Amino acid sequence: MIGSPDVVAFTKDDDFGDSYTDPCLLPAEFSVPLFPHAANANPWTKTSYAKFSKDFILISEFSEQVGPQPLLTIPDDPRVCGTFDLNYFSLRIMSVDYQASFVGHPPGCSYPKLNFVEDSKVVLGDSKEGAFAYVHHLTLYDLEARGFVRPFCMAYISADERKIMQQFQQLSSGFSKASESLKSGNRKAFANELEKKLQDLEYTRTVLHKETELQKMNNGCYSTQVIEKANELANVEKSIYEHKDLLRQIMSYPNKKMDTDYVQYEPEKPVETNMVDHTFSSTHSISRDKCVETDNASQQLSYTPQLIKAKSAKCFDKRLKTLEELCDSNFFHQTMDHLNLIEKTFRGDLCFIYTSQIDWALLSKQKISSFLFEEERHGEEEENSRNLYDTDHNPHIALPSLSNLSGEPMSLESYATCVEIGHHKLELESMEGPPESSTSDITQETSEEAVDTETKGSFSSDRSIEALGNISPANPNGFVRRSTNEVCTVTLSEQQGEILPGAAPDKMSPSLGYKLDVYTADMFETENLVQIDTACCIGQDGFIYEEPLPVPVQQCCEDTVVKQEPLSLLQGDPALQVDYIFGESGLPLGPSMGLMLPEESTSVHSEEMARMNIEDVSDCTSYMSTSTSSDRAGSPFTYGSLITVKQKKKAGNSALRFIRQYPFAQQAIFCVLSGQTLVVLGAEEGTVRKLVNALSIFVPNLGKYGETVQPWLTTSFQLTDLQRWKLIGLQRVASPAGSSMLHSLSRYSRYIGILDCDNKTLRCHPYRGTVLGHMADHRTQIKRGSTYYLHVQSMLTQLAAKAFLYTFCHHVHLPINTDDQGSVELRRTNFLLQLGYTEEESKIIQFLSELIKQNFFQWPLKGLSQSVFSFSYTTSVLYKI
Amino acid sequence: MLRWIMGGRGSQGTIEKSAALCIGEEQPKNCFTELQVLKGHFDIVRFLCVHCSVWVFCVTLFQTGERLVELRGHTQQITAMTTYTFIKGERPHTALITASSDRTLSLWDPDSGNRLQTVSDLHSSVKCLLVLDHLDVWLSGGNELCVWNRDFQLKCKTVHHRDAGITAMVDLPKNCVAASMDKEIMIFKLNLSEAEMSILAIHHLADHQDTIRSLININNELFASGSHIGELILWDTVNWTIQAYEHILWEEPAGDGQSEVRIGQQKQSEMSIQHMYSDGELITAAVGSGLYVYNAVMKSIVAYRKVAHDSDILHTELLDNGRVMSCSEDGSIRIWELQDLPLAAEPASTGFFGMFGTFGRSGKQAGAPTKKLLEVPGLRSLELIGDLIGHSGAVQMFVSFGVKGLVTCSADHLLIVWKDGKRESQLRSLALFQKLEQSGGL
Repeated sequence: MIGSPDVVAFTKDDDFGDSYTDPCLLPAEFSVPLFPHAANANPWTKTSYAKFSKDFILISEFSEQVGPQPLLTIPDDPRVCGTFDLNYFSLRIMSVDYQASFVGHPPGCSYPKLNFVEDSKVVLGDSKEGAFAYVHHLTLYDLEARGFVRPFCMAYISADERKIMQQFQQLSSGFSKASESLKSGNRKAFANELEKKLQDLEYTRTVLHKETELQKMNNGCYSTQVIEKANELANVEKSIYEHKDLLRQIMSYPNKKMDTDYVQYEPEKPVETNMVDHTFSSTHSISRDKCVETDNASQQLSYTPQLIKAKSAKCFDKRLKTLEELCDSNFFHQTMDHLNLIEKTFRGDLCFIYTSQIDWALLSKQKISSFLFEEERHGEEEENSRNLYDTDHNPHIALPSLSNLSGEPMSLESYATCVEIGHHKLELESMEGPPESSTSDITQETSEEAVDTETKGSFSSDRSIEALGNISPANPNGFVRRSTNEVCTVTLSEQQGEILPGAAPDKMSPSLGYKLDVYTADMFETENLVQIDTACCIGQDGFIYEEPLPVPVQQCCEDTVVKQEPLSLLQGDPALQVDYIFGESGLPLGPSMGLMLPEESTSVHSEEMARMNIEDVSDCTSYMSTSTSSDRAGSPFTYGSLITVKQKKKAGNSALRFIRQYPFAQQAIFCVLSGQTLVVLGAEEGTVRKLVNALSIFVPNLGKYGETVQPWLTTSFQLTDLQRWKLIGLQRVASPAGSSMLHSLSRYSRYIGILDCDNKTLRCHPYRGTVLGHMADHRTQIKRGSTYYLHVQSMLTQLAAKAFLYTFCHHVHLPINTDDQGSVELRRTNFLLQLGYTEEESKIIQFLSELIKQNFFQWPLKGLSQSVFSFSYTTSVLYKI
Repeated sequence: MLRWIMGGRGSQGTIEKSAALCIGEEQPKNCFTELQVLKGHFDIVRFLCVHCSVWVFCVTLFQTGERLVELRGHTQQITAMTTYTFIKGERPHTALITASSDRTLSLWDPDSGNRLQTVSDLHSSVKCLLVLDHLDVWLSGGNELCVWNRDFQLKCKTVHHRDAGITAMVDLPKNCVAASMDKEIMIFKLNLSEAEMSILAIHHLADHQDTIRSLININNELFASGSHIGELILWDTVNWTIQAYEHILWEEPAGDGQSEVRIGQQKQSEMSIQHMYSDGELITAAVGSGLYVYNAVMKSIVAYRKVAHDSDILHTELLDNGRVMSCSEDGSIRIWELQDLPLAAEPASTGFFGMFGTFGRSGKQAGAPTKKLLEVPGLRSLELIGDLIGHSGAVQMFVSFGVKGLVTCSADHLLIVWKDGKRESQLRSLALFQKLEQSGGL
């Protein structure tokens, strides 16, 4: 069992802090140069002695031929890993796979049975290597593998132990998705493989049948050859039966999955395809495959029947399938994409991750105004936050465990039920057991299985020993073997003192047995491995248990110097948990609710937080359980041509150049911000596009795909185009077509600002004020585009915040009595003046406010179509350089 | 910013002549600071029709910018349409009657979009429609005048006019109807006393010298007609006598000419009275590309503007707040305000038109020499206070909803709803807080 608590001790600053020299550890996102003094250069980096330069993801396999071996790393760059010994580390992470993916003969049936086991998630540390890892174990099915299963693991390896610990939930949910995607692909591939095998077998049967008949004819009924053939035939028949059953089992998986209500939100694309695939294959593909493969049949059936029959023989020289072959190629690449995304998400310092997570969480709660200047979030983060959100707002999952924590063994069982029910639902159904009490049922079940397999001693005997071993340490409460998969469950039990220190080695021993069994040839190494296991393999409990309680936010604020990284979302500021967005139910709760109700919600949340602080673990559990159950859905990643922060930062570079180059940049920005369509007119496409790109960071409500910007237009535009696009790059042409374009320019001149990049002139409404002066100072000291972008972003956010305030201050807008239009107008103007805005800046705020209102009305719909086009009758001024 | 005050200073007169006014971008009195484009038509939008704040358009119906119903059925262009309210089952129903060049008439239910009735065997296409609510019948005018009841049954009709069709009709007291037909106005009387309804032409008014372009009701006593060469005649509704006769010539004063085009060479269409509108007292007339405001009670000219648009004005209306709005083939809509002139004498020098006031039926004086307009007391100026630019084709028609906004339709297949941005913004704020309140957010 993973209970060894020694890892935290390895990470004291005083031991290794001095030796910090590796500047490569710095996350790419930090452009600030490190404080040269090595000691506490980055006050939050506690580890510095790792042999790899930055975090990476490692996928390893427990190969039945060569043992643990690394398969690939993400990013796939040897420099990342440096001198870090991947082989050694794979050995270590694979050795903690204590789960039992068990294929055996359950009682009452004589053919193998697939178990859909849960993945296990552990945290593992290696003090010598300075590496800490979140390890996610999973098993994939392979018809040719021992027991049909091949254990794999994905590990997120970082030098920062705290990062792993603090981001455990996020990592877990991310990897669960990746794993789910791999497994879905694997099920599909496995089913295909089974179908092919079945066809082989059926063909073999017919061949054998013919041969038998022939021999009967030749040699008579009772000759030895005939009997042999008859036996073979019987074996093939049995084999066919078994394979059919396997196929049925694997096919039935997704349907069962859909039955569980624990999938909290709709599984997205991959699962859908998965579903489709499966339903399709289950209904049609057999027949279709048959048709297709009649041609290929001769090639495939080049096996001799004996070869097929020898399926259970251990064949060490045969080539094992690669991971990509094991999973459907599409799914594999999807998973890789997802893992890359995980790698990107968790790249950098923990502090940075925290900040961006808080950032995202806050933003997602401010959807009512964040659409103005914030880019759309990636699916990943959105879902992470949604998970957090769910757990925040669905106390019915968290609460049982919380209340049970005062906990007696009784409550543990009920808790286990609560946690496990989602996971076991599948198994319960497949086992046809009465679902009244999952724990007892399954315990009984599994032990029965174990006993059964033990007595039968079939081809998967080693597995069964392992399973038995896992159970034999006699979980005192009849604690389920599976629940050990959930690290947090273990944590809980440890909290309650249920599992004694001795429990961990106890739990380790079966895996020792297992490994010995497998590696009888290499005794020494296995021995070694087990020692490491007990020393370094730790569950999350160890960490959390000894983790100092999170310091409440208030204390942080007292210090003028921030000594601690911001609290993570889970422990964080209760204010973060106040929701500023419309209710989940589709009924808008309204943003002002967020404004009005902080007392109430804080009280709830602070209470919750207090509990969290005390029973940190338990909360963790609840988060875990929800996230794992909801994360069953495969990874939902689709890549569109989204406007990303990266692109915007690049645009920041051109924006910086623009404000340095053009003294009237402020006016142009004002034009864009106040909703007047800005037409960038020029003969050369590149210049125009560059300018449009530079100015696009100022466009409010840019849209997910930047649909309010038209970077290059070669025809004349209409009024409706002005309504749709707020920034247009227009080609200047000296032809009849050009004249019509100029005609439309002059015709709609009151609605547009025209930036002529050939003559370097700007014609638009004049701007007077200071706000944009700060935003676009052509003598700015900012050197880098991304820095400038952030500067602009912060100022735009201020504007958006003011617009939000302006929109939702009802004393400004509501008439005091019925015929009160005049005073409303006056109050609105005064309100903005009091905020310190000039008349022109008020126009910006008003425009933003109108956008917010429209967005509010169109809330359920995604995206904001600007159905109304506002303008003002003001004389334009021509600016020249 | 430049603001051209019509007839204000002599120095500006030349600018006024050379082109239509240009107001520039500074328009503080123009409240239409928001627009909404309604798409849906695939051809020129020519008619707008209003009933109970439901905006009904020729083949498409809109409300608050959403397309409600699309009425399809006519194979050719629609030539006239009107709303028709009738009592059916104690509830008033509003239907839409359309006439088309395909020689059919249709009755539509705007709620469902169904074609309720249709008549297709007409001898000529119908050019105008008139509903007589008090008689519960409606009339269609083409080469003949037909009277229909609500069930689309033809009650009676007039003789067929081979070469001229009825272009406009107005309702007169005593069951009479005035219909313009080329240069004449025919007075028809509906005879309801007998069992069979019958219609008879009882009078001809042949005082116009050219084709009558527009015929409107002013009030209970007066109706007006305007002709192609700028004749504006006010008639008594009961005895059909001429109450006033104006001949608008738009002639330039001889002394003020510098380089302006000779009026004599002007096309007649430039004096054509394309459209008239009356609020019961004032009449606005679209004369060529100019605007003309006449007081029907005082029988005097109120204000005029020779060149109000770059091109012919197609529709004009008096707004509630004493403003005049006009739309033109040049694609713009202009808003004018009637203002007292700083000096009453000055505007007279810039304009020149003939004016004859005769009273009595025989007072027609064809070809009377135009003489210089004398000083008219109380002459006011039409000051341009704003223009609305958005359409890329001729603006055919507009319907004003007062403070709620304005709908314009155009040859560019678009309808544009113009609104007061500040008012709309406040309304949206109110709606926002209402929505918040409903959801318990307040």
